[in-house]
Amino acid sequence: MDDVCVIVPAFNERATVGATVASLRSEFSHVVCVDDGSVDGTGDLARAAGATVLRHVVNEGQGAALQTGFEYVLRRTAYAYVVTFDADGQHHVADAVRMVRRARETGADVVLASRFRGSTENMPWSRGALLRAGVLFTRLTAGLDVTDTHNGLRVLSRTALTRIRLQLPGMAYASELLNAIRPNDLAYVEEPVTVSYTDYSRGKGQRNSNSLNILYDLLLGKIRATR
Amino acid sequence: MIIKILLILGALGFGVLILRDSMPSHHQLLRRAIGLVVVFLGILAVLFPDSTNTVAHAVGVSRGADLLFYTSVMVFLYNAVSASQRMHRLEQQIAVLTRELAITRAEDPDPTDVERPEHPRS
Repeated sequence: MDDVCVIVPAFNERATVGATVASLRSEFSHVVCVDDGSVDGTGDLARAAGATVLRHVVNEGQGAALQTGFEYVLRRTAYAYVVTFDADGQHHVADAVRMVRRARETGADVVLASRFRGSTENMPWSRGALLRAGVLFTRLTAGLDVTDTHNGLRVLSRTALTRIRLQLPGMAYASELLNAIRPNDLAYVEEPVTVSYTDYSRGKGQRNSNSLNILYDLLLGKIRATR
Repeated sequence: MIIKILLILGALGFGVLILRDSMPSHHQLLRRAIGLVVVFLGILAVLFPDSTNTVAHAVGVSRGADLLFYTSVMVFLYNAVSASQRMHRLEQQIAVLTRELAITRAEDPDPTDVERPEHPRS
């Protein structure tokens, strides 16, 4: 796919980033890895696997890393679509390909991946419950009819990139992105996907308790935005 | 109890400042003036120790020392809030700088390396 750029934010993912980039390169001509201040050589591995590497000299968080990728695409390239894809190997490249096709067919600006419409492999039940609570929260606050709100796999059109600006810290950016859809009149669809939980992704991923921090950042961001 | 009203208003004020993320920072002249007044009052309080008691009684506090304590709590809160907001602004500026640096120094893949992705250099 020649008019698509895949953005892989990565922070200390040396165990998986090489394989992730390599598998993406089999379908996508341009993969951009945003190395978010890794100290384990993640950026070099991604570059060796065929990715363009953007290096954050200090760790800024996943939202900031994605925003860096977005601005790179807008300023340096002419790609029509961007795919965001986690570096830890929990997504499947075939899902990403199908989502890009869906974006073209429907003309949607945003294609969101849903593990709850699709399937999960080895997801802990507590994570499932928490994610569903997050979905409920997002339905209420963002006004979107979605079933999965914290999935790192997304397709965004160039139009969407120009209208979304991620600024919140930590993992609150996921909701920040969704909250930008309605006010900016972006058309969105959801595509069922599979998310594979491995020991690695579980160890590397978010703690459930971090959801309270996300909630705090979101509410604070909302109050400050409405001023 | 004038002091209760003052302290509660002060605490609420700080709560609002935390949520709004903006100290009225453009009132630099006002801040400097307040700082000088505080210095002046401090010297007066040293020269006339009983004067703090008089002021304390006037606002409904029993001892001058207590009034000084309440005042310093408020000053401390002001400093804490303004410092955290300055920090927040700095973090945002660093994020922008980091992004610019990353985009400016984008490293395209090394074409000779592309075919052998699974060999980490160490």
